[in-house]
Amino acid sequence: MSSANTVHAVRSPWVGLLLRRGVQIVALALLVGTVCFFMARALPGDMAMRIAAGRYGYDLVNNAAADAVRAELGLDRPLWLALLHWWGEIVRLDLGVSLVSGEPVWHEVAHALGETLRLSVAAAVIAAVLGLPLGIWSGLHAGGWVDRFTMAAAVVLRALPSFLLAVLLMVLVAVQLGALPVAGSHDAGSLVLPALTLGLGLAAGLARVTRAAMREAALSPSYEFARTKGLSDTQALVRHGLRQAAVPVVTYLGIQAVFLVEGALVVETLFAWPGIGHALVHAVFGRDVPVIQGAALCMGLLFVVFNLLVDAACLTLDPRRRMGGSA
Amino acid sequence: MTRTSLSAWRRRAGLGVLTLVALFSLLGPLLVGVDPARQVLADSLRAPGDAYWLGTDVLGRDVLARLAHAARLSLGLALLAAVTAAVPGVLLGIAASWRGGRTERALVMLSDMVLSVPGLLLVLLFAAVAPGRHWAIYVGLSLSLWVEYFRVARAASRPVLAGDAVQASRLLGFGPAYVLRRHLLPALAPVLGTLLAFSAAQAVLALAALGFIGVGLQPPTPELGLMMTEYLPHYEEAPWLIGAPVALLMLLVLGMMLLAGDGEAA
Repeated sequence: MSSANTVHAVRSPWVGLLLRRGVQIVALALLVGTVCFFMARALPGDMAMRIAAGRYGYDLVNNAAADAVRAELGLDRPLWLALLHWWGEIVRLDLGVSLVSGEPVWHEVAHALGETLRLSVAAAVIAAVLGLPLGIWSGLHAGGWVDRFTMAAAVVLRALPSFLLAVLLMVLVAVQLGALPVAGSHDAGSLVLPALTLGLGLAAGLARVTRAAMREAALSPSYEFARTKGLSDTQALVRHGLRQAAVPVVTYLGIQAVFLVEGALVVETLFAWPGIGHALVHAVFGRDVPVIQGAALCMGLLFVVFNLLVDAACLTLDPRRRMGGSA
Repeated sequence: MTRTSLSAWRRRAGLGVLTLVALFSLLGPLLVGVDPARQVLADSLRAPGDAYWLGTDVLGRDVLARLAHAARLSLGLALLAAVTAAVPGVLLGIAASWRGGRTERALVMLSDMVLSVPGLLLVLLFAAVAPGRHWAIYVGLSLSLWVEYFRVARAASRPVLAGDAVQASRLLGFGPAYVLRRHLLPALAPVLGTLLAFSAAQAVLALAALGFIGVGLQPPTPELGLMMTEYLPHYEEAPWLIGAPVALLMLLVLGMMLLAGDGEAA
C-alpha cells in the first residue's frame, strides 16, 4: 500500500494523464470495432459476395469470385477468430474501402474531418465571443440587468435541444428572411447557420460557468489582496482574476466536447454540412459498415484528443494539480 | 430559506408537468381510440377541429393519436433505460468505493473506457446494428447512461462509508446488505433522484434526435423526432403540425429538468 503511494507521488501527473487517455483510445477502437463487426455480420446477404462485388464491380461478380474472397479473408472461420482478425485490421490502421463508393475509408474520413474542424472552430469562436465577455461582466456585476438577461437567455438556450434550435434558425433566418442558405457548404454564408446553432448552445453554458467562476475569483482573498495592495480594477482582473477563473472554465470546455461531437452529428446532418457526423449518418443509411467504423473512430478520437488538450491546459494553468492532488 | 422553497416549488411543478404527460401517454391512446397508423387520405392535412383535435398529417393520420403513442414510447423507453442504467451503475459505484484498491481502479478504468465514446454516438452505433429496433436503442442508451450513476454513487458513498455510523454498524457485526439498506441508499437517494430525472431527459432527447435525423426508430412508428421530420416539409401549408411534437418534447424535457433541479450545478 505504501509503496503504491510513493510510486504515485513520484510519477509526474503528465504520465497519468497520457496513460488515462491512451487507455481510452484503445477502448474506443475496441468498442467501435466490436460493434461494427457485429453490424457487418448482421447485414443481410452473403458477406463474401458483397466484398467481391465491392472489388470487381456488381456486373463481374460470380460465385467463384465470392468463394475466392471467402477463402482469402477466411470468412468461414469461427466468430471469435473473425473478430480477432477484424481487430487486427484496426490495429494495422487498415480501415478498408467504402462499400458504396469504393474509395478508401481514410480518404473519405480525412476530408470530412477537415470540414468538422472548420465548423467546430467557428462554433467555438462564436461561443467565446458571446459567452466569455458576458460571463465575465455578469460575474463582476452579479444582480445587474446584464447578468439577469444573460442568465435568462442562457437557461432558455440550454433547455433547447440543438436540433430544435437548428429548425428554429432555419425557419426564421433562411426561409422567412431568405438571408442565408439553408444547407450545403458551397455558398459563402452556409457556415453561419450551423456554426450559430452549435455556438449559441455552447455560449449559453460557457456564460453560466464563466459567471460562476468569475464571481468566485472576485470574492477570493487573493483578489481582495490584489485590490488592497493598490492594483486598479483592470490590473487585478487581468493579473489575478482571469487566471483563477480560467481553470473551471477550461474544465467545463472538456465536458462540452460531448456537446460539440453530438451537435456535429445532428447539426451537420440537418444543414448537409459535409463533416464527419454527416458522413457517419449517411453511412448508416447506406449500411456502409467500413465508413461507419472509420467515421465513428475518427469522431471518438477527436473527442479524446480534445479532452487530452483540456487536461493539459488545466495542468498548466493550475499549479495545485501539478503538486500531486488528483482532480 | 426562500431558495429551498423555490427549488421545492420547481420540483413540484416538474412533477406536475410529468404527471400530465404521463396521464396523456397512458390514457390518450384509449381516449382517442384511433389507430395512429390509420390513413384517411381524403382528410390529408386537415386543420385542428372537431373531427381531429390536432388535425391530420399528409397521409391523413390523426395527429393526437400519434402524439399520444409517441409520448408513451418516449416516456417508457427513457424511464426503462434510466432505471436499467441506474441499478448496475449505483451498485458498481458503491462497490468501487467500498473495496477500493485494485477493484476500484479496474472499475474506474471500465467507466473511462465507456466514456471514450460520446453518448449519442454509442446509441447511434447500437441503433445501426439493428436499424429501427427498440431494443438496440434501449441497450445503447443504458450502456451510455450507467457511467454517470457509477461516478456519482462512487463519490457520494465514500464519505458515508468513512462515517461513524457505518463504522459502528460494522463493529456491531452487521453485514454489507444492512449497511447498504440502512446507510448508503438513504444517503444516496436524493442525488440519485436528481440523476434519474436528468438521465431520463437525456434519453428522451437522444431518442428524438436520432429519430429526427433518420437513424433512430423508423417510420411508421409514432415517435417525436420522426414526427418532426415528417411535419417539417409541410411547414408552409400546415404550420400547426410541427408545433405538436415540439411542444410535447419541450414539456417532457422541461418537466424532467425541473424535477432534477439545477442539473448543471449538481
